[in-house]
Amino acid sequence: MTIKLVAYGIAKDILGKHQMEIQLEAVNNLGDLKEWLCQQYPDFQKLRSLSLAVNEAYQDDDFALNTEDEVVIIPPVSGG
Amino acid sequence: MPEEIQLSPKELARYSRHIAIPEFGKAAQLKLKKAKVLVVGAGGLGSPVLMYLAAAGVGHIGIIDFDLVDDSNLQRQVLYNVNDIGQSKAETAKKKLLALNPYIQVTVYKEALTTENALDLIRQYDVVADGTDNFPTRYLVNDACVIEGKVNVYASIFRFEGQVAVFNYLQEGGDRGPNYRDLFPQAPAPGMVPSCAEGGVLGVLPGIIGSMQANEVIKVITGVGEPLSGRLFLFDAAYFSTRVLKIKKNPETKITELVNYEDFCGVPQKDEQVKEISVIALKAMMDQQTDFQLIDVRESFEYDLVNLGGTLIPLAEVAAAIDQIEKDKPVIVHCRSGHRSATAIKTLQSIFPFKNLLNLEGGILAYAKEIDRNMLTY
Repeated sequence: MTIKLVAYGIAKDILGKHQMEIQLEAVNNLGDLKEWLCQQYPDFQKLRSLSLAVNEAYQDDDFALNTEDEVVIIPPVSGG
Repeated sequence: MPEEIQLSPKELARYSRHIAIPEFGKAAQLKLKKAKVLVVGAGGLGSPVLMYLAAAGVGHIGIIDFDLVDDSNLQRQVLYNVNDIGQSKAETAKKKLLALNPYIQVTVYKEALTTENALDLIRQYDVVADGTDNFPTRYLVNDACVIEGKVNVYASIFRFEGQVAVFNYLQEGGDRGPNYRDLFPQAPAPGMVPSCAEGGVLGVLPGIIGSMQANEVIKVITGVGEPLSGRLFLFDAAYFSTRVLKIKKNPETKITELVNYEDFCGVPQKDEQVKEISVIALKAMMDQQTDFQLIDVRESFEYDLVNLGGTLIPLAEVAAAIDQIEKDKPVIVHCRSGHRSATAIKTLQSIFPFKNLLNLEGGILAYAKEIDRNMLTY
């Protein structure tokens, strides 16, 4: 399936870009996508809390993904 | 019987533009006057939050900040000017707020928010606005608000981006909305997400995001409109892209007591394997021309601002540059404040069993304070 990834904050540095489309096989839910991201980009593991929103709503790992879904990576930021 | 809080004729005149809004009116203005808001951190976000809450007529504002005004703050902390450099932020902020609005009360706490004082302090206020600059304090503010049953109006900034949310909001039916830990159950590994000092921040960004934070505080107090509860606002000033993402409660999140937030965030404790050296000892070594290596792990733009003549190897590159680190004489590693250099030493020691690495305690900031007062600080 095709997933559109949108990255904010430090996730933008990790991916190297703000937005990208990825083609995935063997990925069914958000947990699978997290695993894929941590494998492709090991720095994601260091975020510890990898919060992902699908089509504008933050979802749990068992949330089923569909092709054309937009997944937003929300990293924590601490500046004030 | 305590005297009933009312709006004087002068206050009614001052707030007439609020009162003219049909949904707002005198009733909402009176709620603002009766409200007590604690602003944690009087920096980039704190500046607009404090100014707008004071201007709007929030009756009692608490400011907690241990820090002093520094020249490098003035690029974004618009509450201060050059005459305030070296002064307490909280005290200075109080003076400016009272000059802006004499009808309000301001209480200052020139200290850090800690697990010892957080609950007692937050208990005295109705709403908390979190404008701190580090993860341990953000989790502390969140947890203390959950325990004391207070709304936490959260905002955070990084480079061109900002986040805003209203956490622990009392919903109809008595349940509390999501909090910070529902969104980020665990803090990122230390050093993974740079602070504004390391990663940078566009000066106007806290103005934009802090104003939104003040707006949410006013909405929470007055009940006007719909607060940003259960939602996270994201803004990217570079692309002018905005998003509002729905967030929900995590049933596994249970907050019943405060913890050690430095531990929780994995901040290295002092007694760990990093040995330290003071700036005074460093100066003595320099004066005695002792043979040692000085490594500076800051970024090159920082090195260009001010340096101690060390070899520049930015933190992200130390592991790859391990061959450049001497193994048989003292190696003093430094950064701006001592945090990044401690991380660098731990990284190096995890690759090779160095015994000769010393962290410069307090970094360049300590050197400027103790040794060379004319040195530029940032």
